This record gives sequence, structure tokens and C-alpha cells, in this order.
Amino acid sequence: MNVTAYVVLSGILFTIGCVGVLTRRNAIVVFMCVELMLNASNLALVAFARQHGNLDGQIAAFFVMVVAAAEVVVGLAIIMTIFRTRRSASVDDASLLKY
Amino acid sequence: MDFTKPTIEYADLWPLLVVFGVACAGVVVEAFVPRALRFIIQTALAVAGILVALAGTVIVARDLDVLGDGVARGAIDAEGTIAVDGPALFFWGILLVFALGGALLFAERRLEGGVSAFAGQAAALPGTEAERQASTRGLEHTEVYPLMMFALGGMMLFSAANDLLTLFVALEVLSLPLYLLCGLARRRRLLSQEAALKYFLLGAFSSAFFLYGVALVYGFSGAMGFAEINEAVRNDIGNQTLLLMGIGMISVGLLFKVGAAPFHSWTPDVYQGAPTPVTAFMAAGTKIAAFGAMLRIFYVAFGSDRWTWQPMLWIIAILTMLVGAVLAIVQTDMKRMLAYSSVAHTGFLLTGVLGVQAASELADGEVTSLQAVLFYLTTYGFSIIGAFAIVTLVRDAGGEATQFRSWRGLGRRSPLVAGLFAFFLLSMAGIPLTAGFVGKWAVFTVALAAGAWPVVIAAVLCSIIAVFFYVRVILLMFFDDDDVTAPGEVASVTKPSVLTSATILVGVAATLVLGVVPGPVLDLAANAGQFVR
Repeated sequence: MNVTAYVVLSGILFTIGCVGVLTRRNAIVVFMCVELMLNASNLALVAFARQHGNLDGQIAAFFVMVVAAAEVVVGLAIIMTIFRTRRSASVDDASLLKY
Repeated sequence: MDFTKPTIEYADLWPLLVVFGVACAGVVVEAFVPRALRFIIQTALAVAGILVALAGTVIVARDLDVLGDGVARGAIDAEGTIAVDGPALFFWGILLVFALGGALLFAERRLEGGVSAFAGQAAALPGTEAERQASTRGLEHTEVYPLMMFALGGMMLFSAANDLLTLFVALEVLSLPLYLLCGLARRRRLLSQEAALKYFLLGAFSSAFFLYGVALVYGFSGAMGFAEINEAVRNDIGNQTLLLMGIGMISVGLLFKVGAAPFHSWTPDVYQGAPTPVTAFMAAGTKIAAFGAMLRIFYVAFGSDRWTWQPMLWIIAILTMLVGAVLAIVQTDMKRMLAYSSVAHTGFLLTGVLGVQAASELADGEVTSLQAVLFYLTTYGFSIIGAFAIVTLVRDAGGEATQFRSWRGLGRRSPLVAGLFAFFLLSMAGIPLTAGFVGKWAVFTVALAAGAWPVVIAAVLCSIIAVFFYVRVILLMFFDDDDVTAPGEVASVTKPSVLTSATILVGVAATLVLGVVPGPVLDLAANAGQFVR
């Protein structure tokens, strides 16, 4: 089976996520864009698993979902602490550490 | 469909399982033990777990099986996912030694007047009544020990993973606890939280790149295991574009973790903002684990394709050394200066990665690049943990005084501590008769033997630049006038408990011994042999 279309779609999703991380200012949105990149990787893994006819890629996709969930827990905890301290979740406001 | 029970070689893997087991036990202690007892129990548990795992690593290392060709010793365990071989056990050993130093620094309570360096209650907002109450009641976050043990387990797994999926999971297991630990400082909490946010967002971004690289390499080879990938690379079976993009994106993730330019920008912010004991643990541990993973993936999985990744690493090594050494010159904060110097050290280590890999190409008594990097990581770890441990001692009324102006004249007020700090700096600068010199000599010779002379020339030049900023700090401590510093900013040395003193003394002793008689540890690194394939 030809999976090129799915791999191309995953590349597009990954790029959207990547551009989002680089241009958006709200930490939550930045983090959502990272999640989009992880899910683009999942799509690529599953598509390649189909192409090669083995299950490694599909199993990897499950692991990635679990890891992404763990990352959400840690990430939201950090972002929420920052928000409560500064009343702002903008990544531009956190600028005490520089140079 | 048939299912077969996976075989797991507990006899080889138990040091790793002890570390994870102690981490889980720490969570249970946190839930069931009364608050007054938690600190002592958690400390004892962590230290005991590390010591048992260290003993286990030595025991496992003593009876490794020799593989067919005699160069590599060890086995590939747990259905091909974890390689327990000589280099992996060496990495485990030094990770555990430095984690022991980290645990002792975590447990230091005399410097803050009876409480640890971590926030009393991380959920209480800075400057509020809740925070003051947490402070007066003497609350402490003892969760830092389980978090540290999980990070340590992730580091050990990262340097032994023999499979792309295990590598990714280990990367996250080591990173997530570190993100949290960075945000838990007792003093200067805004800086600490900002460091955690930056580390987390950039770390998650880089691990997304890493994961997409994993997907592309899987698309190229149809397998996750390093041996199968190596087979696919050698026979050139798949789409070469997928492989090249995959190698590039996996490199982004790994180079971020080691702090190589242009992915180094988190290093100074996180090293400065994180609580100093965490910085010490992280500076040594993350670098060791990430270099372990990087060496294994580049040598074992992509070894047949070294002409495609070596030019990339040449450029990155030179850039990293330059950025680290030049930007360290303009720093005015001690932790930031040490962070940029650690970026420069990453460059020196990358120089070693470019060296000769096969023992068969070398004369007797010469080390391979793997062994040179192992030795360099050992020397670097001892001096960086010792240096950050001393940073925790130098304090003024507001806690740790990390600004250069507070350190003026410290050598006259506390000659012993300033002298030890100067010794660590000289070792990092690579002055003869310190460990840093032998480490630098080892990585430069292996790179030279492989014909990477442009990188070695750049490395020597950057070492000279680096001497300048290290010596400047020494001059600042011993020869600068402290009259110009405002009275409130003059730092003095607080007397630590035996925990921090022991860490510093072991660091000094190891740095001196490795510099004067490096033979035994070099032999140990040489005995580690090569990666099993």
C-alpha cells in the first residue's frame, strides 16, 4: 500500500506545529503546538508501520500517547504556577533570565 | 496469532530496577509517612538505593560475557531494547557516583538555617501569606528525592537504550522530573519558575523533533532496533532522504540535551535559575546520559553512514566551542559563566566523538574515541559538581551570591574555599596536573588520529580563550579589592554540614588523582571496550 499521502500530511501537521511554537506567544498555545508535532509523528509512525507491514510503529504510537499525557501533566503544572505568579502566560513576559 | 512471553534478564538489569524501585518507594513514603520523618527517610532511601545500584553495577560488570570478536563485552537484554555492555555499565557507574553527590547536596540543610534549598510549598505564590506560613512552619518538599531518582533512572536507561522507542521513553523519563526540579528553588522563585518554563517548552519542542526523526528512521528501515537499522543503513535498502532527515532530526534532540550550539540557549537560563543542587546534578548527569545515547546511536545504528553525519558534527563541534568560550567571557554571574563553560565542554566532548572508533585502527595503548569521551565525562563531572557545590556556600543576606562583584576578594576572606574553587576552575581550563588536562589531551588525540585536525585546532584555540575567563575569576577572588562592593553585597562563606563538605572534598580528590595518576581510570575506560551490536 502506498502511504505517501499520509506521510506528507504528517509532514504538513508537523510544520504547522513547528511554526506555531516559533510564532505564538501564549505558553498554552505553544504547548498545544508541541502536542500537534507529537501527533504528526504518531501519524507518520502508523503510516510507516502499514507500509512495512509490522507492528513496531503502531506500538510506538501508543507509547508516544502515554508520554504526551505525562508531558501535559508536568507542562500544565509549570505553566499554571507561572500564570498564578505573574497573572500572564505569555512567553515574552518571562524575561528575567537573559544574556 | 501467537504471543510469546518476553524474556527479561533481571540478573543484568537489576541496578536499573533498584533505582526505579526506590523512586516508586519514595512516592509511597511521601503518601504514608508523617511529615516530620519524611526528610530523613527519603534521604536515607535515596542514598541507600544509589549505593546498592552502584554495587550492583560493579557486580554486573565483573561477569560480563565476551562476545564473538572479543572487543565488546556484554549482552543485549529485554528483547533487544537495552544493551548492558561495558560502556553502558561505565556510564551507569559514573551517573550513580554523581547522583550520590547530587543527593548529598539535596540533603544539605545547614546553609538555609535548618531547611533544604527547595521551596517550602511550591504551590504557595511568592510573596504571599501562604509562602510566609510555609516558611515559618519549616515545610519542605521531600518529593525532590523521588523526582531525582526517576531522573537518574531515565539517565541510566538513556545511555543503555538499544532501540529508538526505548530511547524516546528514556529521554522523557529523564527530562520530565528535571523540568519540575528546576522550578522548586526556595529563594528567587520567579527566576526558578521562569527557568522551569523555558526548559520545559524548549525541551518538549526538541523532543518532538527527536520523535519525528525516530518516525523517519523507522520509515527508512522498518525497524526500531539499532542492529536492524545498522543492517538497513549498510545495505542501503530504503529511501535515503528519509534516513538523512531522520538522522538530522534525531541529532537535534540529542544536541539539545547535551547543550550544543545552536541548541544551547536554554543552558545558561536553566543553570542560573534552577536550585544550585539541581544544577549540579543536572549539569553532570544530563550530559553523561545524552553523550551515552549519542555515541551509541551514531556508532551502532548509523555507524556505516558516518560520512554523512561526521561533517555535520565537525561544524557543530567548532561552533559549540566558540559560542561557549566567547560568551562565557562577557558573563557577570557565576552560575551563568559555569553554564557557558559547560557549553564549551560539550564542544570538546563532541571533538572526542569525531575520533577513531575502531580499536583495530589504533596502536597498543591508544584509546578509542568512546574511551576518551568516557574519561572526559568522568573528569568533567567531578569538577562541575564540586564547583556548583562551592557556589551554594558563597552567600550574602539574600541567599546565594552569584554575582561576580560579590565574589571580589573572597580569596582573602575564605582562602580555603576560594582556593578549592580556583582548583576546579583550573581543572576545567585544562591546566596540567589536573583531571581536565588529561581529559582534554585524550579527546584531542583521538580526534587528531582520525584526521579531524581543523576541529582540534579550533579546540586548542577555544581552550586558550577559556583559560582567560577562568583565570579572570581567580584574579577576581584573590587580587581584586573588595572595597568597591556595597556592604550588603559582600559575600561570605557559610559553613556547610558534612554532606556538602564531603561532596566537595571527593570532587577535589578525584580531580587531583585523575590529573596525577589517570592510569587506573583510563584502564577502566579501556576495559569497557566497545558497544555490543
